[in-house]
Amino acid sequence: MISHTKSDEVAYAIDVHDLNKSFSKKKIISNLSLRVKRGQVFGLLGPNGSGKTTTMRLLCGLLKPDSGGGTCLGYDIEKESLQIKQHIGYMPQNFSLYDDLTVAENLYFVARLYGLDNQKQIVQQTILDTGLENVAHKLAGELSGGWKKRFSLAAVLMHKPKLLLLDEPTAGVDPKARRNYWHILHQLAQKEAVTIIVSTHYMDEAERCYEMAYIKNGDVLVQGTIPQIIADSKLITFNLSPCDSDELETQLSRLRIVKQVARFGNDLHVSGFDEQALKHEIGSLVSSHQRWEKIPTSLEDVFISLSNRQGSGHA
Amino acid sequence: MHKVKEWLLYHLLGSRLKAILIKEFIQLTRDKVAITMIMMLPLIQLALFGYAINMNPHSLPTAVVVGEESVFSREFIRGLQNTAYFDIKYQMLSIEEADKLMEKNDALFIISIPFNFSKELIRGQRPQILIEADATEPVAIANAVAAGQALIPHVYQEMTKRSLPDLQYIPPPIDLVLHQKYNPENITQYNIVPGLMGVILTMTMVMVTALAITRERERGTIESLLAAPVHPWEVMIGKILPYIAIGYIQLFVILFAAHYLFHIPMMGSLWLLLISSLPFILSNLVVGIMFSSISKSQLQAMQMTFYFFLPSLLLSGFMFPFSGMPLWARVIGEILPLTHYVRIVRGIMLKGNSWEIVMPELGAIVLFGITMLSIAVLRYRQTID
Ligand SMILES: Nc1ncnc2c1ncn2[C@@H]1O[C@H](COP(=O)(O)OP(=O)(O)OP(=O)(O)O)[C@@H](O)[C@H]1O
Ligand SMILES: [Mg+2]
Repeated sequence: MISHTKSDEVAYAIDVHDLNKSFSKKKIISNLSLRVKRGQVFGLLGPNGSGKTTTMRLLCGLLKPDSGGGTCLGYDIEKESLQIKQHIGYMPQNFSLYDDLTVAENLYFVARLYGLDNQKQIVQQTILDTGLENVAHKLAGELSGGWKKRFSLAAVLMHKPKLLLLDEPTAGVDPKARRNYWHILHQLAQKEAVTIIVSTHYMDEAERCYEMAYIKNGDVLVQGTIPQIIADSKLITFNLSPCDSDELETQLSRLRIVKQVARFGNDLHVSGFDEQALKHEIGSLVSSHQRWEKIPTSLEDVFISLSNRQGSGHA
Repeated sequence: MHKVKEWLLYHLLGSRLKAILIKEFIQLTRDKVAITMIMMLPLIQLALFGYAINMNPHSLPTAVVVGEESVFSREFIRGLQNTAYFDIKYQMLSIEEADKLMEKNDALFIISIPFNFSKELIRGQRPQILIEADATEPVAIANAVAAGQALIPHVYQEMTKRSLPDLQYIPPPIDLVLHQKYNPENITQYNIVPGLMGVILTMTMVMVTALAITRERERGTIESLLAAPVHPWEVMIGKILPYIAIGYIQLFVILFAAHYLFHIPMMGSLWLLLISSLPFILSNLVVGIMFSSISKSQLQAMQMTFYFFLPSLLLSGFMFPFSGMPLWARVIGEILPLTHYVRIVRGIMLKGNSWEIVMPELGAIVLFGITMLSIAVLRYRQTID
């Protein structure tokens, strides 16, 4: 499978512009443009229903855009979808392997589907590499939720894709396996220049991405590295700790200069753009023994403020 | 007593029951296709059972082999025609030509009037008229045969009253001999079992492939499948081929039962039957794939299967006489592959039909299959919306 193709030459693994997609007249993706450099681990974030899954389906040819276009691994997403499909690995959000085949049978199916050489060897290696030995002869439908995800990743890696589209690959995976998962992803990106697009709702995972895009209502609101995104947000954040007063939370959130109030356990993050005004207002509202201080704005603060912008997302 | 009433009230009108009722109702109204089909079902059944099916068919295609052209033979033929059961489509034929017509299903009856008919009739020698009926369709011929027999005492009544009064007595002046061709003992199984072969194949073959793609859609496995570099035709052929084997297994089971349990004869070539079954099996599989590529769920695919199966069963001539149906029903019947397959199987097994007669029927099946395949390929979605 290791062959020299168009995809080895291009700088951008993904370069699409002005994508639009509607379902029964409702616009789901509107003028979405996205560029992802080759060999990156790229995070796709956004609230539920913002269009992450739809975007991935457009990129791998499972959906045809109503308008717009671009390239995926240098191939035209509309005209050359067969070539694209040869070099990408798409792991859908929901389990999409065969419940009534065993894990090993599923892997053999995938190996044959992609016409791999040394199928037996590859399947066995995959089983060993991903720790599937004990479940290899179980029906896939009988696996637990987390194991299904681990098994899906194994299956999607078998044909050594140059671009991985992983739709919430770690939802429901335990912390240790998740760490392992990310280790594999980073290795693939670094050693084999695989481009990886991951959608996730976990902040710690977002922080492991080199770059990310935040999607809302089917459009990219911000894109960049974490420091860039935080800096671009221009948010100033104060932390009230500990703070368990619901009343205070309500009062703070009513203030015009406060853009958002977010609770993190016992802590309360209050963010806005005007540092002096924030200091003044917080100081006048809190009691004297309440501790509060300025902290660096976190990615999560930025995301919460982004998701609060312009009403709520799609249903 | 009070307790019972309370219990009943609670369980019948209790909120849990209500919850389920409401949910079922909402789900029922949501599936537009299912609702349409439920509404259409009575209409389709009314049309099929009420208008298409006729257990007492008239105007059955009849060939007459006349050994002698005379007033008497003409009178007899007119008498037959007047019963409205016989439609004398072919006259002036040789025996061989008439036999061919019956093999091809173009004539259900061959009526042979012998060479010395009028002479023997006038002499009171009770000449024989032979009615050969295609007994592979027993329902179709039963009433016509009875009508033919009832005709004899009356047919020459007017004529003979004056000129040949002697012939008015019992026994009637002609001896009508009935020969039930291809199934002389009129065994029901001869009619049912060969046709059943097609019915069973239609039902199972369409259903298995109708579910094939919808199952992938419903379970979500289509996402991985379509993200892989496969051609639509690879998916379709891959889903069809295994069932050809299943189809042949079914075929062998029925053939085995036909031979050993029901003692149905095999007059023609077994090979011819096996070979001509392939296009039929394929057409049905393709119909299923077509349903599967246009329906959204497995339930819808099943409903479509049912709506294909019902007319096939009723209009193919398997259960009810084909010749008795009105034109529109026959047109539909001619389109459906089961109609042609029932003719092929009955023809080969009971009539010993050979290639030349099987070919046109096979052609109709192939044409149907290709049409369905085109629709399936056009409607096959490589995307998931
Ligand atoms: N096949 C479809 N038909 C109609 N609407 C659809 C379809 N697929 C997606 N949508 C709509 O498109 C919008 C975006 O859905 P999508 O699944 O892309 O969101 P998402 O960002 O992946 O959400 P989540 O984080 O919950 O996975 C939603 O409003 C959804 O209802
Ligand atoms: Mg999603």
